[in-house]
Amino acid sequence: MANGSLASSLTEVSFLEYRGKHRGILGWILSTDHKRIGLMYLLALIAFFMVAMTLGVLMKLEMLTPGETLMRPQTYNSLFTLHGVIMIFLFIIPGVPAIFGNFMLPIQIGAKDVAFPRINLFSWYLYMIGGMLAILSLFTGGGAADTGWTFYVPYSIRSAQNVSMTTSAAFVLGFSSILTGINFIVTTHRLRAPGMTWFRMPLFVWGLYATSWIQVLATPVIGITLALVILERALGIGVFDPALGGDPILYQHLFWIYSHPAVYIMILPSMGVVSEIIPTFARKDIFGYKQIAISSLAIAVIGYLVWGHHMFTSGMSDTGRVVFSLLTFLVAIPTGVKVFNWVASLYKASIQFSAPLYFVMAFIFIFSIGGLTGLVLGTLATDIHVTDTYFVVAHFHYVMFGGMGTIFFATLHYWFPKIFGKMYNEKTAIIATTFFIIGFNVLYFPMFIMGYQGMPRRYFDYLPQFQGMQILSTVGSWILVTGILMMIGNLLYALRKGPKAPMNPWGGTTLEWRVSSPPPVENFDEIPVVTGGPYVHDRQTYIMRPGSELQHHNGDRPAGEVKN
Amino acid sequence: MNEHEAVMAASHVHRDDEASKMGMWLFLFTEVLLFGGLFILYAGYRFAYSDGFVAAAVEMNTFIGAVNTLILLTSSLTVALSIAALQKGQKRLTMNLLWFTIICGFAFLVNKYFEWSHEIHNGIYPKGPALDDMSQGEVIYFGLYYTMTGLHGLHVIIGMIFIGFVMNFIKRDIITATNFQKLENAGLYWHLVDLIWIFLFPLFYLIH
Repeated sequence: MANGSLASSLTEVSFLEYRGKHRGILGWILSTDHKRIGLMYLLALIAFFMVAMTLGVLMKLEMLTPGETLMRPQTYNSLFTLHGVIMIFLFIIPGVPAIFGNFMLPIQIGAKDVAFPRINLFSWYLYMIGGMLAILSLFTGGGAADTGWTFYVPYSIRSAQNVSMTTSAAFVLGFSSILTGINFIVTTHRLRAPGMTWFRMPLFVWGLYATSWIQVLATPVIGITLALVILERALGIGVFDPALGGDPILYQHLFWIYSHPAVYIMILPSMGVVSEIIPTFARKDIFGYKQIAISSLAIAVIGYLVWGHHMFTSGMSDTGRVVFSLLTFLVAIPTGVKVFNWVASLYKASIQFSAPLYFVMAFIFIFSIGGLTGLVLGTLATDIHVTDTYFVVAHFHYVMFGGMGTIFFATLHYWFPKIFGKMYNEKTAIIATTFFIIGFNVLYFPMFIMGYQGMPRRYFDYLPQFQGMQILSTVGSWILVTGILMMIGNLLYALRKGPKAPMNPWGGTTLEWRVSSPPPVENFDEIPVVTGGPYVHDRQTYIMRPGSELQHHNGDRPAGEVKN
Repeated sequence: MNEHEAVMAASHVHRDDEASKMGMWLFLFTEVLLFGGLFILYAGYRFAYSDGFVAAAVEMNTFIGAVNTLILLTSSLTVALSIAALQKGQKRLTMNLLWFTIICGFAFLVNKYFEWSHEIHNGIYPKGPALDDMSQGEVIYFGLYYTMTGLHGLHVIIGMIFIGFVMNFIKRDIITATNFQKLENAGLYWHLVDLIWIFLFPLFYLIH
């Protein structure tokens, strides 16, 4: 009997309040609870994001006037490299999967944890080590790498800066990413609750599943590539050094074989969240569930085969260029399928306007601009005109920051009440989001125009003719930062003083809204049984306590004991 | 361990052999792709510098390479047999077979050590004096040779450590005739190490 009451207390105490073997900070950094690990990622990611955002603001400040405004050219080079490395490897790639995937994946499929909880914690440690190495490279040796986040050879071999440390940071982060990917794939295959068939999984889970496959299949390639750069710098093995017969183009191929699929690692989980938020606030089943699910896999598969479009001007056969261009256009199809399905889901819906949905609307607008300008870059002839200009910079900020970043904030608002059990101030959130959207477009849209007019990327100086646009863009960065700080302030305030969140503040239909806010340590006291799709609003599709409910109703024996 | 933790441990550290095996296979995929990057480089440079590669491969000691191939293949057999032995409950035989596997791995590394030191002695190493007189193709060949066999050697060492841990578990009866997934995973890893060598051997030693 003691055991029985104990087990029930574990399903009543929230994971935030639970006191296990270790107390205080040790209770967190030694915890294998997927929810605590998710929160530890959240804390670290926000910190790294703030660092990289500050670097970005400083760069925009430098561009306020032509010539040297704030910093030496060398400093500027290190800043844009570190801004890229931190944003991409430490924020965008792990962002949604590591934080919200960790937190929500097991709950959404009705499991108590991921398949390998200890490896999950190990991934977090690897992530932290990688992050520390990246920050450390700023202050040690010759200073942070100045090669750009792409580490192109031969310059990355010759640069006197601390390139080896920055690349080893990326290497360690890759390892962390691989282990998370393996964990999520196995979790999705093995730990789904009874009745949770593949096409009853929430679309966020589909997004994570597709992402995890790319993480597993692409990341090792950049691992070996960056290891070779380190070896090349340390020993001079010659494989990438043109002086010894090596071919820098091969480096670019290997780099983009990972780094282009990585673009979809960044965006697929975010698209998954969009497919969660829309049915919740539209009070309606998602339109085209299967198409959205399958298009995630299609994006993952095609996205694996388009890396060559980063190299249209760096030396490739015409046949190769045409094939890569065609494949690039093909990715637009599953992406379009998703966008149309999202919009169709809103048709004739009883929409409840809210901060997460506001972010999602901003995402669809911004991401469409990013996607359409991507077609300009994927077309061979126009690409030559805009390669290595601000046009490219604007494009990838629209798809990466506008895509993943916007949805990251949407997700943060959407699941904030569930994770922390507190409600934030909706009005302040809407105002902050408005600042965010205006700032974002003022900051990046002028870059499209400047790029089209010939402003090259990665220069710390520019011709006077660009000054008007540059000033506009810099002012945009201030508006954007205001929005982000206001948003974070609002959430921090809610954390301390916000009213208590109910179990299901938004009227969501997936499993995480059927457990208390914040979720109990064990997620579920009994593994639920799933009887229908994830976004059904008019009836219950989950039996939360199958043992007692079934016995109570028809005296049937409890539905199948769970595998785990 | 108090009751509280017992409940926690029971629910969080559950046993699922199928998941464990699936995780291992996924990890092996990543290993294949890690080496895959190097094999792509090899293919690219073999195409660009076919004469240099053939000239450099002549320097290789095919005999030691063949012996090492034999050693690794044998060790793969013994690790496979050890799983069968454990399933039949023959703990001592399992341990002996695993010891033999580790000794094979060690013999492989000793051979590799002599091979490398012979080449280094002759001035063939990255930036070494002998490379000044060589064509670019030969320089790249040896760059790749050291990288790929070096990385493979590292994997042999990791595999031996992995098997060492597993032997410790068998000794303490954590891995048993009915709970042998960890041993099987170690075996899978060892087979991969073997498999990669099966490709490295002809690519570096037998090309003409």
